[in-house]
Amino acid sequence: MYSSANSKWLGLLYLTPALLFVGVFTIYPLMQMVWVSFNNWTLISPPKYVGLNNFTKAFSDRQFWISLTFTLKYTLLITPILMIGGYAIALLVSGNSVLQRFTRTVVFLPVVIGLGASSLLWYWLFSADAGFINTILRDLGIIPDRILWLGVNADTSNWAIIISIVWKVIGFGMILFVGAIQGISTEVNEAALVDGASGWQRVWSITLPLTLRTILLVTLISVIGSLLAFDQFYIMTAGQPQNLTATSVFFIYLNSFPYLKLGYGAALSLILAVFILLFTLVQMLLTRRSHA
Amino acid sequence: MSAGVIDSAVTRSGQRSNRLATLWQGRWKYLAGAIMITLALVMLLPIYATVTASVKLPSEAAAIPPTYFPQTFSIESYAKLWDYQHGLPRYLFNSFATAFLAIIFTVCLTVPAGYALARFPIPGKELLFVLLLTSLIIPYQALLTPIFLMFAQLKLTNSLVGLAIIHTAIQLPFSLYIMRNSFESIPKELEEAAVIDGCNTFQLLIRICIPSVVPSIVTVALFAFITSWNEFLGALVMLNKGEMFTLPLVLAASRTVNMLGGTDWGMLQAGVTVSIIPCVGVYLLLQKYYVSGLLTGAVK
Repeated sequence: MYSSANSKWLGLLYLTPALLFVGVFTIYPLMQMVWVSFNNWTLISPPKYVGLNNFTKAFSDRQFWISLTFTLKYTLLITPILMIGGYAIALLVSGNSVLQRFTRTVVFLPVVIGLGASSLLWYWLFSADAGFINTILRDLGIIPDRILWLGVNADTSNWAIIISIVWKVIGFGMILFVGAIQGISTEVNEAALVDGASGWQRVWSITLPLTLRTILLVTLISVIGSLLAFDQFYIMTAGQPQNLTATSVFFIYLNSFPYLKLGYGAALSLILAVFILLFTLVQMLLTRRSHA
Repeated sequence: MSAGVIDSAVTRSGQRSNRLATLWQGRWKYLAGAIMITLALVMLLPIYATVTASVKLPSEAAAIPPTYFPQTFSIESYAKLWDYQHGLPRYLFNSFATAFLAIIFTVCLTVPAGYALARFPIPGKELLFVLLLTSLIIPYQALLTPIFLMFAQLKLTNSLVGLAIIHTAIQLPFSLYIMRNSFESIPKELEEAAVIDGCNTFQLLIRICIPSVVPSIVTVALFAFITSWNEFLGALVMLNKGEMFTLPLVLAASRTVNMLGGTDWGMLQAGVTVSIIPCVGVYLLLQKYYVSGLLTGAVK
């Protein structure tokens, strides 16, 4: 039925709307981004060709490096917490008792909440006077005086945001890990039990190796997510103090939109896209090798 | 004989480790239970805090230090939010309309495309599929600058349709992947029977295939809704007229402004609560679709 002479074209016809959409709203902007990045353009004046100027400017821009290193720092700090924490929780809740299913649902709940809403929630929790974090820490006697969490010190702000994001997304890795752990055939585990392997031995020599592909995948997703962080920083610190907590996407946003340096913004976007692409390729090679 | 000895040795050591295991399991069960309950409480505390703050009297919601248990009950924060600037109904409408459009666009694009990719011998099919998944490797955050330029020319900035297009572009690769897999898993015998009855491919799609992929369509729609409802950066870039703002935008804008120059914490938490409810609601109702979609969509 699908092998008649004209079914090729019929199939293409069904595919056309999606192809057009991706062509117009992804491929074309991508090409335009490359073109704009070689120009100076502020929307008011016509674009002016400047060659590689935008790129050389980026590499000598102090804020470019501040944003890049800050984003990498955030990513390096949060990724191990998300991976190890998410996996530990997954091991704990991968069974199907009522309590385990309940905990799974609750830990996953913040994943469906918007990053904007969760950032506003934590912006309040971390606010110096009206927030609960300082109140709880003081009532427990852990800190003598309030801490100005957000927008005063880059590291303190970073940790406050990391805590909020761990709350928000740890359930994502957990649910994928639970899926992978449940996918391990029970025979493998039973065989290990008969061999007298302890709980930790089983985790170490069976569960971890057999879920390695998922571990690499979740690492990829969460690293890319962290490298592209924006909402939480825009809402919780607005880049303060002195744009020290302005992430890479934040830096692009500032140049492209409030400042309307579209050529520069496009060049920065391109650098970011290439960076992410390279990272994805490396990770995909790793995944393929682990699979073989 | 020797086999028997080994057998009994295995059984004995098996019994010993089993006894140890049960002893350990007994304690482990309580410890694990305690950890899980603590974890669930910690995860729920922020939500408890925001919901209770939203129903305190505004003066109590702004109290320093905050009160752990609400002393007052009032819907005044919600009333203030209702009338905030262009009014909550306006922002809710904007958010729901954008999400609705994003769902329609996503489903209308990916259902026929998934069908085509699963069934038809299209020349260069693999290449086209990769092309359709381009945005998986190009983050949309990087594409916003050129998309903004295009939308400025097409008069699609400050437009919910424009925003819905961006949300559709974000959601397209995942949805296409889900739909293609889902069409591929329909047994071909169903369609063969229908062909004998003289159906053409469009009738096949409508009568046979779509009814068998309804769960996947629900999954795709659910993800499109949650993505669109929560999306922030695209809306921030594309919308600058207050009356077009979606809920996350107006809440973010309200975090620093009130008449005293401080934040109206009660109203802000009322806003957070309102924006959390639809997501948590659809997630709890359609949890099965959500988790299965995540497992098939992410583990490619």
